Amino acid sequence: MVDLVWFQLLSAALFVIGLYGVLARRSAVLILMSIELMLNAVNINLIAAAAHMEGFGSFSRFDGQLIAIFIITVAAAEVGLALAIVLRMYRNRSTVNVDEIDLMKW
Amino acid sequence: MLFQDVVFWLLTVVAVGSALGVVLIRDLFRAALLLVAVFVAVGGYFVLLNAEFLAVVQVLIYAGAISVLIIFAVMLTRDVQQGNPPNRLQIPAVALAALLLAALVTVAVDTQWSFLPEGERQSVELVQTAAVSDISPETLEQAGAAGESAAQGVGLADLLIGRFVLPFEAVSVLLLAALIGALALVRPRPAPQDARASGAESASESAGAGAAGSEAD
Amino acid sequence: MNCVLGPDNILYDTVLFREVYNFVGQVLPCWLSWFVAGFVIIFLLVNAVLLGAAAFSWMERRLIGKFQNRLGPNRWGPFGLFQPIADMVKLLFKEDLTPGTADKLVFLAVPVAMVAPVMLMLAVVPFAKDTALANLNVGVLYILAVTSVTSIAIFMAGWSSNNRFALFGAARGVAVLISYEVPVVVSLLGVVMLAGSMSLADVVSAQTLPFIIVQPMAFFVFVAGTAAELNRTPFDMAEAESELIAGYHTEYSGIKFAMIQAAEFGGVMAASGVIVTLFLGGWEGPAAHWLGWLWFLLKTMAVAVGFIWVRATFPRLRIDQLLALAWKFLLPVSLINLLATALEIYFLRDASGVLTRGDLGIMTGINLALMAGCVFLFGSLVREKVRPVAPGLPPGVTPVILPARESPARDLPAGETD
Repeated sequence: MVDLVWFQLLSAALFVIGLYGVLARRSAVLILMSIELMLNAVNINLIAAAAHMEGFGSFSRFDGQLIAIFIITVAAAEVGLALAIVLRMYRNRSTVNVDEIDLMKW
Repeated sequence: MLFQDVVFWLLTVVAVGSALGVVLIRDLFRAALLLVAVFVAVGGYFVLLNAEFLAVVQVLIYAGAISVLIIFAVMLTRDVQQGNPPNRLQIPAVALAALLLAALVTVAVDTQWSFLPEGERQSVELVQTAAVSDISPETLEQAGAAGESAAQGVGLADLLIGRFVLPFEAVSVLLLAALIGALALVRPRPAPQDARASGAESASESAGAGAAGSEAD
Repeated sequence: MNCVLGPDNILYDTVLFREVYNFVGQVLPCWLSWFVAGFVIIFLLVNAVLLGAAAFSWMERRLIGKFQNRLGPNRWGPFGLFQPIADMVKLLFKEDLTPGTADKLVFLAVPVAMVAPVMLMLAVVPFAKDTALANLNVGVLYILAVTSVTSIAIFMAGWSSNNRFALFGAARGVAVLISYEVPVVVSLLGVVMLAGSMSLADVVSAQTLPFIIVQPMAFFVFVAGTAAELNRTPFDMAEAESELIAGYHTEYSGIKFAMIQAAEFGGVMAASGVIVTLFLGGWEGPAAHWLGWLWFLLKTMAVAVGFIWVRATFPRLRIDQLLALAWKFLLPVSLINLLATALEIYFLRDASGVLTRGDLGIMTGINLALMAGCVFLFGSLVREKVRPVAPGLPPGVTPVILPARESPARDLPAGETD
């Protein structure tokens, strides 16, 4: 199997790209996509660590996969809700750019 | 092994390249398609890591469902002509991301990650492969007893409805709540008849749901 | 030289790949054997899809002809058997148009994205005993995952064409795909529980009694859902030619259109193969150990003919009827089937968790009774309520009563027919 450190570097790269997307983009849909990128990076990290730690003590690779499954499920719920909010926002304000949604700012 | 290394680096080119495309490309629709490429590549990593079930779930849920939702949102919000403009925080965002990347790389490289002696590593890998394919018991016996518990021990489903049954149920309740919440959010509400006339003006000023509902109709 | 694929390799279960690799590895260097074995697999998959598509297009045109009391293709070869070849040649030499306003790159990627899932789907279907290209232990889920990618291809086609008919077709198609995926997944869970495994080979060998008898509800839900996902006629809102020209592939022509069409026809064959594997006993039959492929092929053909028959018989549904069918009928029925199957397995299995043929027989009886009840109960939910016209009119609307018209056929001059 490929060394764990490579998976971690990859995971770090994807996470950082996602972070940049969240911070530097205006479109709410794209921010959501970037969050999905970050969650995927976390999943890679978890599963890689679990696969490499297999047989270490009582650890099995399913422990890591289980957390990944929960993350995927929560991500699905999150995307459904967030996109509903984005659609609502678009109907009310005719924009999905987050810096124009400043109603709560003042 | 060479084959797995080649696959890993090919997947890395696809994943990181597409991920960069997602955050840099102006066309939102293409960004969503590149996101699908990232999801599929991540599924490929899961196969490399002996997590076939996760790989299939990744493709089924992320590439098949979540990305479809995202593409629907891209289409329905019709902001594609305007594209995907960066905001004023461009430079701080790059700086922060670079800082975090540096920190993560330092931690990942500096830490001692080997958990097992090299000899045991091999046999564990063989047992892992055996758990997902039909290897004869003789081959398994040759693998030694180091990782035997991993193959014959508890599986994913045993954990899910055994030790982790509480989070499992909590997640299912969460899914139900999200389902109902999403429905309640996007459902056009029946507006009172008189609000219809002033709906267009008031909707742009207030986020009042009743007026907006009439506009959406 | 002397390359042998060890059991520690992740491609070890890909039986055909392993055999080809070990065979070629006796003479060729190892790195070349990888490529040779890989190309053999790819060659087989591509040709399986293309051959399946060609056979299905001939069968469909011929049979629809019979159903509609006409001949169908009959000029080229015996029974018009070479018609698909002629079609292919025609499509290859047609001009390959790309709309000027299209998103060229995405437009170009669509045919590939359409064909790929069909090929990937065929990779896990066991054609005979031990003859699947890959015997995955998550085979059933894999098929669902791979086919779900089709919705993205449909979206790409609709969006990149920059044509409102294409976009409408894509939006409808994806709405249908999402709605029907849920009951399909839930209906398959019953099969997976009965077999105790998600590997397709295990599902086949668990069918001492074919699951179409044991799981009639799951079978009908799965077939209806598959027909919807393949855009077959009672559910083909996405390409309803009387409303949307050709739906999401309106703008495609030439070789790209040929590929989309091949994906569609090949998809029907592949889906028939999956239905046979999951519900009709796969390769099982008399002398299955050496005639298994024949039984598989015959059953697949029979299911494909069933799809054609349905297309020739039923009119197209409206989009709201289509979605109502998925959410109000198929989903509750499949959920009830899941619950019933789980309870039956729980009470009928013996200590080691094995279900005998007699147990399956008992389950058959219960499930058939349940199915009758479900069809009666949920059928009333999706039934169209015909409102009486005159008393139900909203206030302020006066009914316009048209003068009685004579049949238009009588107005035609003598000698002309309609």
